[in-house]
Amino acid sequence: MSTVEKTPSQWRVYRSYHSPFDPCSPRTRYFNVPPNVLQPFQTSARKQFAPHEALRKGTLWPEYYSPYPPETRGGEAE
Amino acid sequence: MKAIWIYEKKLQYPVRVSKCDPKLAKMLIEQYGGADGELSAALRYLNQRYSIPDKVIGLLTDIGTEEFAHLEMIATMVYKLTKDATPEQLRAAGLADHYVNHGHALFYHDAAGNPWTATYIQAKGDPIADLYEDIAAEEKARATYQWIIDNTDDPDIVDSLRFLREREVVHSLRFREAVEILKEYNSTKKMF
Repeated sequence: MSTVEKTPSQWRVYRSYHSPFDPCSPRTRYFNVPPNVLQPFQTSARKQFAPHEALRKGTLWPEYYSPYPPETRGGEAE
Repeated sequence: MKAIWIYEKKLQYPVRVSKCDPKLAKMLIEQYGGADGELSAALRYLNQRYSIPDKVIGLLTDIGTEEFAHLEMIATMVYKLTKDATPEQLRAAGLADHYVNHGHALFYHDAAGNPWTATYIQAKGDPIADLYEDIAAEEKARATYQWIIDNTDDPDIVDSLRFLREREVVHSLRFREAVEILKEYNSTKKMF
């Protein structure tokens, strides 16, 4: 495990039991943990997007930006 | 309490539809008249605000108003996707049931055709209970946007839907902050 923490991934991966008799091939499941869950209170002196970019993205704050769909899924994605 | 709305005749975020896909309209209607849709959100917050502590009334007014802006965006998408569709095309999109009752009009029902009902929302009169419902509603709406995005490859629609999804994230954040404000309500340190 890396000790240098980058922006934490917003994706969590899980698997469920797959029986050899299950009709469909197994699927990796993942779910999104958006930044509002991890950091539920805004602090001061945060980075901001440029105004036009903020209007397009839907938030002024990079740390509260949650892209969807992610470019790749399953932990690495951002 | 005094509320003034100013109506600007433009959408909160541009809505462009590049693919003729009436099937997508059937999915989008979930966010129009569905349980976790924008109508539910707007009416829920703009009603709860009367009985919530003063410090968070403004938040409910702001967010409730923005939900109406989102409702207009969804309406625009649905309208654009269906206005030129023939009855045959609507039938092929699974919208014949809608057509026989509403023609080309929009209506407040979910993707499965269930009409909107006030039982989707609640005002408990307990500030923590109400705000927790609001947080849950935002997360459910965020998930709904994800599942709609998963069901279309129209990049222009996806662009608008991603914006709407991000607003759910921001609203959830602000409701969580409101809970924190209420926790501290009567304590001596008020430093928000």
